[in-house]
Amino acid sequence: MIRFILIQNRAGKTRLAKWYMQFDDDEKQKLIEEVHAVVTVQDAKHTNFVKFRNFKIIYRRYAGLYFCICVDVNDNNLAYLEAIHNFVEVLNEYFHNVCELDLVFNFYKVYTVVDEMFLAGEIRETSPTKVLKQLLMLQSLE
Amino acid sequence: MPAVSKGDGMRGLAVFISDIRNCKSKEAEIKRINKELANIRSKFKGDKALDGYSKKKYVCKLLFIFLLGHDIDFGHMEAVNLLSSNKYTEKQIGYLFISVLVNSNSELIRLINNAIKNDLASRNPTFMCLALHCIANVGSREMGEAFAADIPRILVAGDSMDSVKQSAALCLLRLYKASPDLVPMGEWTARVVHLLNDQHMGVVTAAVSLITCLCKKNPDDFKTCISLAVSRLSRIVSSASTDLQDYTYYFVPAPWLSVKLLRLLQCYPPPEDAAVKGRLVECLETVLNKAQEPPKSKKVQHSNAKNAILFETISLIIHYDSEPNLLVRACNQLGQFLQHRETNLRYLALESMCTLASSEFSHEAVKTHIDTVINALKTERDVSVRQRAADLLYAMCDRSNAKQIVSEMLRYLETADYAIREEIVLKVAILAEKYAVDYSWYVDTILNLIRIAGDYVSEEVWYRVLQIVTNRDDVQGYAAKTVFEALQAPACHENMVKVGGYILGEFGNLIAGDPRSSPPVQFSLLHSKFHLCSVATRALLLSTYIKFINLFPETKATIQGVLRAGSQLRNADVELQQRAVEYLTLSSVASTDVLATVLEEMPPFPERESSILAKLKRKKGPGAGSALDDGRRDPSSNDINGGVEPTPSTVSTPSPSADLLGLRAAPPPAAPPATSGAGNLLVDVFSDGPAAQPSLGPTPEEAFLSELEPPAPESPMALLADPAPAADPGPEDIGPPIPEADELLNKFVCKNNGVLFENQLLQIGVKSEFRQNLGRMYLFYGNKTSVQFQNFSPTVVHPGDLQTQLAVQTKRVAAQVDGGAQVQQVLNIECLRDFLTPPLLSVRFRYGGAPQSLTLKLPVTINKFFQPTEMAAQDFFQRWKQLSLPQQEAQKIFKANHPMDAEVTKAKLLGFGSALLDNVDPNPENFVGAGIIQTKALQVGCLLRLEPNAQAQMYRLTLRTSKEPVSRHLCELLAQQF
Repeated sequence: MIRFILIQNRAGKTRLAKWYMQFDDDEKQKLIEEVHAVVTVQDAKHTNFVKFRNFKIIYRRYAGLYFCICVDVNDNNLAYLEAIHNFVEVLNEYFHNVCELDLVFNFYKVYTVVDEMFLAGEIRETSPTKVLKQLLMLQSLE
Repeated sequence: MPAVSKGDGMRGLAVFISDIRNCKSKEAEIKRINKELANIRSKFKGDKALDGYSKKKYVCKLLFIFLLGHDIDFGHMEAVNLLSSNKYTEKQIGYLFISVLVNSNSELIRLINNAIKNDLASRNPTFMCLALHCIANVGSREMGEAFAADIPRILVAGDSMDSVKQSAALCLLRLYKASPDLVPMGEWTARVVHLLNDQHMGVVTAAVSLITCLCKKNPDDFKTCISLAVSRLSRIVSSASTDLQDYTYYFVPAPWLSVKLLRLLQCYPPPEDAAVKGRLVECLETVLNKAQEPPKSKKVQHSNAKNAILFETISLIIHYDSEPNLLVRACNQLGQFLQHRETNLRYLALESMCTLASSEFSHEAVKTHIDTVINALKTERDVSVRQRAADLLYAMCDRSNAKQIVSEMLRYLETADYAIREEIVLKVAILAEKYAVDYSWYVDTILNLIRIAGDYVSEEVWYRVLQIVTNRDDVQGYAAKTVFEALQAPACHENMVKVGGYILGEFGNLIAGDPRSSPPVQFSLLHSKFHLCSVATRALLLSTYIKFINLFPETKATIQGVLRAGSQLRNADVELQQRAVEYLTLSSVASTDVLATVLEEMPPFPERESSILAKLKRKKGPGAGSALDDGRRDPSSNDINGGVEPTPSTVSTPSPSADLLGLRAAPPPAAPPATSGAGNLLVDVFSDGPAAQPSLGPTPEEAFLSELEPPAPESPMALLADPAPAADPGPEDIGPPIPEADELLNKFVCKNNGVLFENQLLQIGVKSEFRQNLGRMYLFYGNKTSVQFQNFSPTVVHPGDLQTQLAVQTKRVAAQVDGGAQVQQVLNIECLRDFLTPPLLSVRFRYGGAPQSLTLKLPVTINKFFQPTEMAAQDFFQRWKQLSLPQQEAQKIFKANHPMDAEVTKAKLLGFGSALLDNVDPNPENFVGAGIIQTKALQVGCLLRLEPNAQAQMYRLTLRTSKEPVSRHLCELLAQQF
């Protein structure tokens, strides 16, 4: 299962943090820093997978943003790697060419997108069409 | 598709965020935030009632401030108010605020239950989803208590919208993982399985995750999911790339759902039904066939999605381990990936092949790729890939290729990354031992290890080589010759000096005939290293020297000179000084015969599992030792800490916080073993690891050994003092509990304080308190005589599996107890999981010179970790019904041993730890109780009912819990109390 999802920029600023297990605030901060430290040293020739404590991080870099998913060691690496991409495609469509600033100004909407696609540490919905339809419906509500 | 404009809808928020972004310094940011906080506070406190929009905007700003890392101490009520708004955007912000902040303020939860209840009942799918997401995101026990019963209903209701079902399934999963006892099993479970047939693929995607989790706990109850999953999978893999429309991802039909279905199937053995099995095998073959087809797109997304399914298929094939044909095909497929240009694929292929190597059907097929893997070890740029290559070489190693693999690993070690050196060293050491045909090769290999990577050769490794050389006389001469040669290198690693010193001290005589390695040459070679070594090594060398005096009388004068030197006799280190003094005395006062007896060659070590293997397992978790264990890695195992729960069925999902503890408690990656002090340096050679120190009795033949034991604190001159008893008795030295132990234990089932034991000499009193899964116990040992007890040593021993179930920390007590005096010992107790047998308390001491020993059962029983739970009659009966499986119930009908007094019975039940529930049982004579057993790993809810029958002087006692052994054990414990 997914333990947490992090979106960070190269400077280590967190653009989204979604936790699927209980951590206290200090622990969260520590995890955020550790993840940043391990993914930013990877280069393009490396794998998209990093061992992380007793888990593993599946990550992918888009421009200046690192999308990281922490999962159990026996989880399927490629499935989560593509789950990241699927998520990014939805964001891209929803924000119409998404950029880092969209995530900053609309942070509260990003959470809605995440909850549509991932819930309780599992993949909830994978069809971009269905997710976007739902998001637009919500958008139209007052 | 319309774009979302920046912060649309809430201009004030966008302005605030821009302001923060424009702050040039941290101070400016804090200033701006404080200004905003003051503004919001005044708005919230103001007389004018805020409209929903403003409330939403301010709460959202507070949330933003919180996410920047600042504490928020107000606004919670406003957020809670937003929940009852009937506007989506306001509700959404309210829920978001709560989901994000709930960690820091769990009191919020109680306030919002009502709003959630309303939304769940609203029949508005949008609101229902918001509420379900909030429950899933928070996932606390309180949430479970409030909603666990409602959600299954929503999940299987015929009129629930698809999106609601998706959310309900995963919401339930979260609650079930957090507190399985709160989720009632019932007729909904059968209907959940049928969600696998749902038309909406999103519903299936969510439901599979729930079903997989439920299966792991109750495999038999969900068996029907196998055939449904197979037919669903079959429909997906056989569909054309466009059939599934929305669920096709880069020409791959439903990749995530396929992966989830394949993982679900890994909870079970191969299907028994031949038709189902045939259909499944067909699916697996289709996936393997598709891997050979030309790609439908050049995009990496296409190949990743396709390969995600392929790897999961291979995992299932490995899990079944029964189709040789499929295993070999899987291996060939992975072999192709080993040379793929995508690093990810090479990495995953190496990883997956590692598990294939341990199957008898595919082991040979894996071995054909040895050259590619060796090449990967040498050329991969990413260290994690090289690491996988090393793992695979280790896994594919057998007698036929051991020499090649070991030599390649040794070669790799010279340039290996520091991060993985220790592990490579361990692996080489294990392979060399396991596949040694002649032991000279083994000795060469280990000495090479020390030469190449001495710093990474842990104690376990060089202890082991000493054990093996000591036990095999065919290799002793070779070993002596080889270490002698190795020691001639101008710079040799200290570990080499240790091994060399030990081996020459034992077997130097075997090479003494050669004038090039005559006794004086051996001695001066060793002694030339002496001054540059650490205290521990020098202590070892001093022992070698005294052994030389016995082996080679001609060296006696030289060595006595060395021992007599001021630098030894007055060494600041007490251990070195003591050795020098004692050895010097020994060599001067003892006759040759005595010397020969005392300094005799070491007896062979008992055969035991290599401690290196244990260390590697500790380092690597499961699968690490698979090549040697003959135990295959279980791919579906949850166990990522290298723990002891190999099968999914025994894996009880701990609460998420327990998982976290596992994460924290994990040892740092390359923690070196604690270096033992100089004193027990040699003693450790005999043991499996630094933790277990056997007590070697000081019999005359083994005086040399006992002398090297850590000196007892009260007698620093161990050799000259009386032979003191071994420090701590190992578990095997503990006698059986005294016959009355059970009876004594029973007295404490319902009480925490009292006298545990008493005889003419000793009284043992107990005072204890327990809270949740923790306890503290004070033991008072009173000396009833007028004579001092000596060597007084009470220890707590965990028989059997108890070590993993209960942690007891004890403080040492003074070794002397004066006549008439009392000493106190504090025990800290932590219940890790449910347990059946109590720990043993062993007390040993000397009274008037006679050794006394006594073993009791420590009054720690599972019910001590009971937490009483109050509940209304209707809740009680509902839960009672939920625990209606035959194995969840334990019942006993027994005769009363004590007068049947209702007040006494009540007191006993309360002492037992459960809550007594009044007005629940229709018969007022009966007692019912409820409680939760708190352990670190899991909680077990317990219900009990005691029915006295005054006429027959009998009782009937019924216990229901979610765990069969717990029900039985509690029933037995309690039945003995009346």
